[in-house]
Amino acid sequence: MSTSETRFQVDHRPRPAGLAIRTENLSRVFQVRRSRKWPRGRRVVALDGVNLEVAEGELFGLLGPNGAGKTTLIKILSTLLLPTSGRAFVSGIDVARDPFGVKQRINIVSGGESGGYGILSVRESLWMFSQLYGVSNRIALDRIDRMLKLVGLEDDAGTLISKLSTGMRQKMNFVRGFLSDPDVLFLDEPTLGLDVTTARTLRKFVREWMAERPGRTVLLTTHYMAEADELCDRVAIIDRGRILACDTPASLKRQIARQAVLRLEVSSSDGAGLSQADLARLKDQPGVREVAARWRPEAGRTVLTAILEADGAIPGLVGGLSGLGLVVHSLAKEEPTLEDVFVKLVGRTLAEDTPTNNGDHDSRNGTLPGDGPEVGVGGAGDGEAAAGGGAADESAAR
Amino acid sequence: MKAPPGSPARAWWDWKYVRWLLELNLRAVRARAYVRVVATGREIMWLLWEVLLPFMATAAYVFIYRALNAPPAYLGFVILGGAMTAFWMNVLWAMASQFYWERYSGQLELFFASPASLMAILLGMSAGGMFMTSVRAIGVLVLGSMVFRVEYAVAHPWLLAYTFLVTLWALYGLGMLLASVFLLYGREAWHTSNLLQEPVYLVSGFYFPVRALGFWVAAGATVIPLTLGLDAMRQLAFGGSPWAIAPDAVGLFPPGYEATALTGMAVLFIGAAYKALGRMMWAAKVAGTLALKH
Repeated sequence: MSTSETRFQVDHRPRPAGLAIRTENLSRVFQVRRSRKWPRGRRVVALDGVNLEVAEGELFGLLGPNGAGKTTLIKILSTLLLPTSGRAFVSGIDVARDPFGVKQRINIVSGGESGGYGILSVRESLWMFSQLYGVSNRIALDRIDRMLKLVGLEDDAGTLISKLSTGMRQKMNFVRGFLSDPDVLFLDEPTLGLDVTTARTLRKFVREWMAERPGRTVLLTTHYMAEADELCDRVAIIDRGRILACDTPASLKRQIARQAVLRLEVSSSDGAGLSQADLARLKDQPGVREVAARWRPEAGRTVLTAILEADGAIPGLVGGLSGLGLVVHSLAKEEPTLEDVFVKLVGRTLAEDTPTNNGDHDSRNGTLPGDGPEVGVGGAGDGEAAAGGGAADESAAR
Repeated sequence: MKAPPGSPARAWWDWKYVRWLLELNLRAVRARAYVRVVATGREIMWLLWEVLLPFMATAAYVFIYRALNAPPAYLGFVILGGAMTAFWMNVLWAMASQFYWERYSGQLELFFASPASLMAILLGMSAGGMFMTSVRAIGVLVLGSMVFRVEYAVAHPWLLAYTFLVTLWALYGLGMLLASVFLLYGREAWHTSNLLQEPVYLVSGFYFPVRALGFWVAAGATVIPLTLGLDAMRQLAFGGSPWAIAPDAVGLFPPGYEATALTGMAVLFIGAAYKALGRMMWAAKVAGTLALKH
């Protein structure tokens, strides 16, 4: 379908050629209400002077832990939130000055969202959302059938949303984002809470969709390193509202290619994890650039990621671990990953900040359950969304 | 946070652009209305429930009036009132509180991020709500009139039909206004809805002619469109003429004036809803309150 079918091209103002997204010193501060803990309220800086450029046709990843500012950035770019200062442009249009112009060109999908009315079937719900973008019935229904087939939901097109499983519902919401054929698509943690197979299907879907029409742009936020590594042309690492690095995954990894990345599994005699003081002592060892720890309660062990200046620092690190009374169960030297880049830049692993993992993804390498951090399925975000959906369905659904 | 300047001037004189805009929003109205229309047929048990329970409540008042030897028209007043309660319930729980529910389910953000106007979403909700509730109201009216053998004397059917429609639009206009107001100021929408439900039953005279409250109290209650609408429809359904108060119907004002006032209210409430929506959207974008999580 041509773009003119869903949007009206009246905006002929010049725009920077080839840029789908641009931010200039973008900041957002939230004023948190007064509470017992914060009697005067407090200011939370969600974004702090973010400068970003995403080219048309690029699949751009934003990597960062919970609270890093990823979602805030997406909300500003999708006109749901105003910046406190700075400017943001989507397809050359200022999101604060002309939100309507931006809305015609974008769509947004959030992982764990519970949109849709339980009384409608999958097909009807998707049709309803397509109408909000002015897509004609024929085109909308064609696209719905085609996309449901691609994500393996074609047999459930007539199923009521209230009867869908979480994964099926998420697939449906995923399809919703593509129905309007947006120029710029925001995918906010799209595979959150999904099993490995479904997540893989959706990643494949995104790649095919991008290849279908050059110029389509995707901004993907995730805290699954493997997802970003596999999908993204470029990645920005964001933490506490600041962009710490922005490059291709290969270039980012090359930054630490000359360094040694060690993965160690250790345990202590009392079965406890490592304290911050222990980590600080390890970091003080000669030749040790960074150490981050991830506690695996089910195994009673800690997985350490250490970045060393050279292989020669290994004995010193192992000696340091012995000095802390820790037993080394395994030690492996690995090729640097995005996780290692993150550790180097932020000084901790994503898993330390990210309690909401999907349980079937290792944030490092996207392997099956058992290989990765087995943190509970869903998490607070999921539960909240599901509860909200239930309330809406039952109380006012129509 | 400084307000950004308005959108760049658009080609309002460009018919193609206006037509596209109109089509986009009409599609949105239809899509949102569809949810409620389709719900009417999918929840048959609900339909039964929603007709039988109000009918029973109405029947209780009918028996009281019969026991008191009230004029036969009073049975019709009660049945008309009983049918109209459905609309007030719908406006409170499925219009005024709706954005609140939509916010909970994350849907409000999706509406907000789409190019369709939120006003179109509200209009769709209203149209769907009117259809869905009309089925219930007609059910109560037909069942009540048949069971209690109420005889109507409609001399001005077109005015009666107009009064009914304009009452609905004024009422749903109020609901559209409250949808934004609840989201702006209400932290617990259902408490506010609960608070408004019964008092409005009383002051709008759902089960008795509102004039019984005394002229000034009744006149004050006309701020709720149902008060005027019900009063006008009762007069017109039992032989009243447009420009005089029907004495048997214990009317408040002549129905013609009431219909005119309701037309004004419909315009006023829908206009106010548009303003409130703009304010709500702006406040939500500044404070970041569209969703529960950031």
